[in-house]
Amino acid sequence: MKIYVPRDAAAKALGADAVAAAIADAAAARGLSVDIIRNGSRGMLWLEPLVEVDTGEGRVAYGSVRPEDAAALLSDDLESLGSVMDIPFFAKQNRLTFARCGVIDPVSVDDYMAHGGLVGLRRALGMSSEEIVEEVTASGLRGRGGAGFPTGIKWNTVRQAEASQKYIVCNADEGDSGTFADRMIMEGDPFCLIEGMAIAGLGVGATKGYVYLRSEYPDAIAVMETAVAAARDAHILGDNILGSSHSFDMEIRVGAGAYVCGEETSLLNSLEGKRGVVRAKPPLPALEGFLARPTVVNNVISLATVPVIFEKGAAHYASFGLGRSKGTMPIQIAGNVKHGGLFETAFGMPLGTLVEEVAGGTATGRPVKAVQVGGPLGAYFAPAKFDTPFAYEEFDGQGGLIGHAGVVVFDDEADMLGLARFAMEFCAIESCGKCTPCRIGAVRGVETLDRIGEGDASAIPLLVDLCETMKDGSLCALGGFTPFPVMSALEQFPDEFSGVREAAE
Amino acid sequence: MSATAAPPAADPDLSGLPAIIEAHAHLEGALLPILHAIQAEYGFVPQGAHDPVARAMNITKAELHGVISFYHDFRNAPAGRHVVKICRSEACQAMGGTAMSEKVLSLLGLDWHGTTPDGKITVEPVYCLGLCATAPAAMVDGQVKGRVSAEALVAEVTS
Repeated sequence: MKIYVPRDAAAKALGADAVAAAIADAAAARGLSVDIIRNGSRGMLWLEPLVEVDTGEGRVAYGSVRPEDAAALLSDDLESLGSVMDIPFFAKQNRLTFARCGVIDPVSVDDYMAHGGLVGLRRALGMSSEEIVEEVTASGLRGRGGAGFPTGIKWNTVRQAEASQKYIVCNADEGDSGTFADRMIMEGDPFCLIEGMAIAGLGVGATKGYVYLRSEYPDAIAVMETAVAAARDAHILGDNILGSSHSFDMEIRVGAGAYVCGEETSLLNSLEGKRGVVRAKPPLPALEGFLARPTVVNNVISLATVPVIFEKGAAHYASFGLGRSKGTMPIQIAGNVKHGGLFETAFGMPLGTLVEEVAGGTATGRPVKAVQVGGPLGAYFAPAKFDTPFAYEEFDGQGGLIGHAGVVVFDDEADMLGLARFAMEFCAIESCGKCTPCRIGAVRGVETLDRIGEGDASAIPLLVDLCETMKDGSLCALGGFTPFPVMSALEQFPDEFSGVREAAE
Repeated sequence: MSATAAPPAADPDLSGLPAIIEAHAHLEGALLPILHAIQAEYGFVPQGAHDPVARAMNITKAELHGVISFYHDFRNAPAGRHVVKICRSEACQAMGGTAMSEKVLSLLGLDWHGTTPDGKITVEPVYCLGLCATAPAAMVDGQVKGRVSAEALVAEVTS
């Protein structure tokens, strides 16, 4: 009997380790031989710890399992959820990038290969670098970190650059509130990211890769370290990968708690051992990146999507989506929500469908007041905008951004002025300090919002003006996009910015 | 970026330092791995480590100070025996995270970054642990916690 108990941090945060230990104890007490596999999460986080039991006739799910349920679980006396595949939240998805996450043992190369792993890399090994880049371009894949830049075009710039050494740098500094897709794939299917980076290396002629992984993710760091070592043993990494003439190796590097290091140039400085200040562009990192050499900097999900593109073909991937937003997006539904978790779907689903139908509304049962999409730099969307399709251009057209596709739901008790103030406060704390609009503007933004909170209406035009300055004058998205949450809150909830209120803190 | 509030602590026995530096010095961009390794060993980055690290990295002590003070993670004095990190981000705020963290601070009589007088508990803010669908979230000594209450969190570190 195989029993799957997730090792995903969200499952652990709800007691999965204790559940796994209790199952092992209960099995030993009855003399049962069980194989406990610590898989990734299926993404239905309200059901965690979600335990699956496979007695040879398919996997049966149970959730949320408590340690005291272990004996009942083994004697089949616990009420089951049936097959994961039949749970509506799961059944509605198009899982491409996350196809294996939660299914396999994340650190088993054999399991990985038994579920389609390395098919993409083997195919890429038979292609020229030009063909590899062409395949990525044809898939329509765009940067999943938030900017949405076409991945194939970035790769082609690096491919054509002349240098003795090129690099693949994976941006795993997933600091946006409401996002956890990078964490989940690294904890649930780490070889997928490794394979994607190896294909990227073949495509652009890079033999060395780095994953810059935030220190706030100790569980993901541990899984990735284990997976990289296993991949070396299996010749997926190292010299002559999979017996070919190509070489590619990689290292995991740990960040140090700076949000701004999720910005690619700041990340490169940090990786070089410097202060994580933003670099002015040009030069593009594609031409002068890590140690001033040509570097692909891609988000975890962008790179982890590459294997399935090569496994199933660019046309298959591009057949999903809406307009210029091709393929699927792992949307993370979080905050005050009944059914929170990871929902991978083709681009185009209306925001309201995600919030009301998929997520089932708020956890508190109160009406939804607003959702913030795209992390702390993303705009708030009131229900009036819920018909906006989830895609890059469509959100842009509504004054927002999809970013890394985190959707944070708030009920009607949310304090929009307080959230606007928090956006400015966060920017002030995390600003790298290089450009004035961000470094000083964010501090002035907090002060101005405090004046508004005290009932000083004359401060509102000042805030609008300040937001314009930050938007136009900041070097990177931290200062440049902080106005999105602030202005969207002001525009959609003007009443909360007019009366005399207590300051947010 | 805010500098660490506490004054620098006295140096521990640094006889193991050369080996730590040596183990990482060959890496491309070795400074962060070295600082992480030093902090893992001593619990903070001792003043006495600055000179040897700066020399090994061929940077000035001012540059090194710039790097150490830029990142929230690096300490110039040891933290409490238990470190509680509480997420302040929006997803946790949506689930009552602000009231929860204020209660933890008031129960322990601390402000953010503060350590209890007996050196037992340090409370720090963190901006997202990636546990946004199981909010409010916290981390106690590196162990993740979801749907936390102030009382449970305080009980765990004071018991």
